[in-house]
Amino acid sequence: MPGLGTSFGRGGATTFQQDLQNADCIVIQGSNMAECHPVGFQWVMEAKRRGAKIIHVDPRFTRTSAVADVHVPLRAGSDIVFLGALVNHVLQNELDFREYVVAYTNASAILRDDYADPEDLDGLFSGFDKDNRTYDHTTWAYEDAEAAAAAGDRQDHPGDDHPGDHGGEQHGETARSESYGSGGATMRAKPHHDPTLQHPRCVYQVLKRHFARYTPELVQDVCGVPPELFAEVADAVTRNSGRERTTAFCYAVGWTQHTVGAQYIRTASILQSLLGNIGRPGGGILALRGHASIQGSTDIPTLFNILPGYIPMPHAEKHLDLDRFVAEDSGKTGFWGNMRAYTVSLLKAYWGEHATATNDYCFDYLPRITGNHGTYDTVMRQIKGECKGYFVVGENPAVGSANAKMQRLGMANLDWLVVRDFQLIESATFWKDGPEIETGELTTEEIATEVFFLPAAAHTEKDGSFTNTQRLLQWHHKAVEPPGEARSELWFYYHLGKIIREKLAGSTDVRDRPLLDLAWDYGEEGPLAEPSADLVLAEINGSGPDGPLSSYTELKDDGSTSSGCWIYCGVRAEGVNQAARRKPGKEQTWVAPEWGWAWPANRRILYNRASADPDGNPWSERKRYVWWDAEEEKWTGADVPDFEPTKRPDYEPPVDARAQDGIGGAEPFIMQTDGRAWLFAPAGLADGPMPTHYEPFESPVDNALYGQRENPTREAYDRPDNRYNPAGSDVFPFVFTTYRLTEHHTAGGMSRTLPYLSELQPEFFCEVSPALAEQRGLEHMGWATIVSARTAIEARVLVTERMKPLRVRGRIIHQVGLPYHWGPNGLSTGDAANELLSVVLDPNVHIQEAKAATCDIRPGRRPRGPGLLTFMDDYRRRAGVPEEGP
Amino acid sequence: MGNRLSGPLDDPAQDAGYPGGHPPRMGFFTDTSVCIGCKACEVACKEWNSVPEDGIDLLGLSYDNTGELSANTWRHVAFVEQKVSAPAVDIGMPTIGAPKQTDDQSGDRDGVRWLMSSDVCKHCTHAACLDVCPTGSLFRTEFGTVVVQDDICNGCGYCVPACPYGVIGKREGDGRAWKCTLCYDRIGDGLQPACATACPTESIQYGPLDELRERADRRLEELHEKGVEQARLYGRDPDDGVGGDGAFFLLLDEPEVYGLPPDPVVTTRDLPAMWKRAAVAAASVAAGVAWAFLGRS
Repeated sequence: MPGLGTSFGRGGATTFQQDLQNADCIVIQGSNMAECHPVGFQWVMEAKRRGAKIIHVDPRFTRTSAVADVHVPLRAGSDIVFLGALVNHVLQNELDFREYVVAYTNASAILRDDYADPEDLDGLFSGFDKDNRTYDHTTWAYEDAEAAAAAGDRQDHPGDDHPGDHGGEQHGETARSESYGSGGATMRAKPHHDPTLQHPRCVYQVLKRHFARYTPELVQDVCGVPPELFAEVADAVTRNSGRERTTAFCYAVGWTQHTVGAQYIRTASILQSLLGNIGRPGGGILALRGHASIQGSTDIPTLFNILPGYIPMPHAEKHLDLDRFVAEDSGKTGFWGNMRAYTVSLLKAYWGEHATATNDYCFDYLPRITGNHGTYDTVMRQIKGECKGYFVVGENPAVGSANAKMQRLGMANLDWLVVRDFQLIESATFWKDGPEIETGELTTEEIATEVFFLPAAAHTEKDGSFTNTQRLLQWHHKAVEPPGEARSELWFYYHLGKIIREKLAGSTDVRDRPLLDLAWDYGEEGPLAEPSADLVLAEINGSGPDGPLSSYTELKDDGSTSSGCWIYCGVRAEGVNQAARRKPGKEQTWVAPEWGWAWPANRRILYNRASADPDGNPWSERKRYVWWDAEEEKWTGADVPDFEPTKRPDYEPPVDARAQDGIGGAEPFIMQTDGRAWLFAPAGLADGPMPTHYEPFESPVDNALYGQRENPTREAYDRPDNRYNPAGSDVFPFVFTTYRLTEHHTAGGMSRTLPYLSELQPEFFCEVSPALAEQRGLEHMGWATIVSARTAIEARVLVTERMKPLRVRGRIIHQVGLPYHWGPNGLSTGDAANELLSVVLDPNVHIQEAKAATCDIRPGRRPRGPGLLTFMDDYRRRAGVPEEGP
Repeated sequence: MGNRLSGPLDDPAQDAGYPGGHPPRMGFFTDTSVCIGCKACEVACKEWNSVPEDGIDLLGLSYDNTGELSANTWRHVAFVEQKVSAPAVDIGMPTIGAPKQTDDQSGDRDGVRWLMSSDVCKHCTHAACLDVCPTGSLFRTEFGTVVVQDDICNGCGYCVPACPYGVIGKREGDGRAWKCTLCYDRIGDGLQPACATACPTESIQYGPLDELRERADRRLEELHEKGVEQARLYGRDPDDGVGGDGAFFLLLDEPEVYGLPPDPVVTTRDLPAMWKRAAVAAASVAAGVAWAFLGRS
């Protein structure tokens, strides 16, 4: 989540769902919260009951829109224009919360004189390298401040020569930006400031010039939103911000799944910072995570490029030893300056007594990355024959990932595939009944992949924790033993590790040392020899000479402490599982600090030092939250202060201060090197220090602002199995967007096999407006075939007034809605919407553009068998897309 | 002594013969103005009560693929899509779009409104299903609710046409009648019914009917103050045709819009009058016959 990470210092929701009740206005954009987070949505309804205005900005009128006060339909993929116009509205009318902005943001920082804006360069920032489609960030830095390597650690490296790639587009991205989950990007010196905000090169003025063309007229032209409706939102948001009032923003994957996804979130971050809504009750940006424990799976990651606690994964060529690894962050101000302590403690957790000062704490044992090893890159390597084995756990890529066919082709070209799930999902059966078997592109006999299906235990059948949306860890206890051969993930990986270690025992090969030296002792309980989840939590929490640790501030870089994830340190403070606390809300304050445990340090609103003014007093009585108690000489309030508890508001850091000592008493963003929210991100993002509008990669229109049509740094892979719809193609004139329904869970593995859920949404459907239905001859409840350059799928048709055609760039744009839950297996079946999507990725986090693409739609069912291939050949020929072939 | 069959009735449990000191009448207030259509009520009901799946069919009724209450569906969320031609007023009502623009070829900018409402057995003050049940399978509980005892029901089906709301139904392959029990097996243990427990937005509220009615009156007033003039209570009035419902609703449009009868009447209301008339008729026939015989002599 580099959008939030570079803006504020941590890539997590800045607030928690219960706090929405305190908002005076809530903008839900890029999220269908009522449908996808119905339980958390109760707090939106509570806010509404208390008089808050609820605004839903979304291409579709959904169940969220149904209970909102205002629904703003906009074209999928145009959000930066809408949000940018709100920023412009604030700046032009000087509606920003000036005291907050001057004190707590980098608005006053002076930039270098060689920075050039997309306004000057027709859609490019300064430093663009045309050949590699990457930026050199040097010119984005503060004046006289050296920018450290920013998002990327980019470097081309040999061996990354996928045939069919655009030259240079595969640029060995190592995606450092994911590591801003906790800790902002690095700047080596604090900037010069102009608190009057008048200096022409101060961030405030640069920002103002950058967004000057984002007017209500542009919003109408690009988003299809009439000026009156825009004005209503602009008025609501600005009137409900300031000393006395706060506005909250909620978003989900409707913002992230774009080729400029991180910049959508940046735009909202800029707006909320200007309005003074970060770190304050009823404010903030609530990142609604996709599903259970997705926050947890980045905190203790299932990603290739980070280690637990957002410590970056070391690079094979750059990080030869621990010193060189932490050098990039050493001397840095802010809490990230303690990275060596966090890393050494992690290594101690992994390798225990084997990790010592003399062997660099086993730093050599850590795996290294050499480039992009993201999920889509891995699939392309499978197709190429380089990646031979695959674990599919809690995922169903055969229908759940963009360009699902590519996923299946990859899985069909492995030596082995392990699928762990509750049911025989499509990823476990594609080899006998996948779409390619039907078309004849694959035959079962010729697929060499050995597929192992292992039944998984449900959360009620194992101990463990969820870390949800608001960074909240909640423990669940096993209620029953798992049935039959079903086992927990913990059981699986523990025993797999144990067996491998047994097989390697006695090996003298040095390459086996990392496995053999692992601290791999988690007990074995009960008839199934289940390892103890509590012992795992104890390792994650960490311990020192005096037993369990209570806070990450206790971590040392001398090997005397261990912690499996520094940001979780304290979850088992005093040896007690804090995540298992379930004190009812009615028996404690509304903040409910004794329900579960939130990282970091059980803070519920991050950066809550900002809820007080620079002197430490609440901005207003109504929005009182955390403040400086002058008598007690400490910070106090409703939440755990997100600040050193006794650092005085008037503390001025000495010139040579490092780590947290370099953060002043009035600088709330303690994970940032300069303690401030970044309106302008001088480092940390691959595609620009400020958001700027680019069209989706597949868009029916040109870019109203620049000659540069789409994100110049997006990661595109034009190859026979991943053809793109040409820009502005008459053959693919409609926009489609994919989404979820309340009744099903993601790719359906947990819902399409259950009768009670399947009967509620029994088959795949598409949603179209009456106007589009008329234009294309589609009948309500009839069939439609939807086509992209990848393939064609069929769906039942729901004709609904809830889908609105929009006037954009002088023409009517129709949008087709496609819920993506389906596949051929289970009780509720249908084609997978993700067959239609291409693989084209955001350069910061390699996330696919699933929320805006183009298609054709026509009445009737799709051709079956080989007929589908002929049908597609015809479409590609008409659209001028290169033929399928080698 | 006969039980009352219609008209206002303060305490149906007492009317059914429960002695004093029985629990207060319990019920549901379903506030559809905060319903988000998540259908958690439908699923929770089925999970708790082991109600079978009711057909995996796409109905094309907006997001409603349940259709109606039946033996196998005890909670049903209706989805009503409406075009709203009136310009947006900031009244807390869902509206979209801006005033009409004549040069706008994207069609009218009129708003749409999407109503959602979770329907359930009304647990009528005067329950015709119960009145017509010949086996005593249907009975009035100490909470004033109406419950079918599945081990007594003989499947005669009299209750099915008797219900003025079309709630109760016979289960195919089973033959017996089934409907919402207001989770009789939960509320006796001090728990809430499954649907109310699962409802995330407190659209389904469970409690003593008196309290619910007060709460509903306040909510209605609040919505009227905000300008939501179409808001109304349904089944709240003890003077209505069923003597008021144990499960009543706050609606945002006419009941028919949600598939609810506008003026339900307990189908056994006229039984006393019918019997009276039948008795008069019988008496006059008897008198006629008697007269015929007497007249002869």
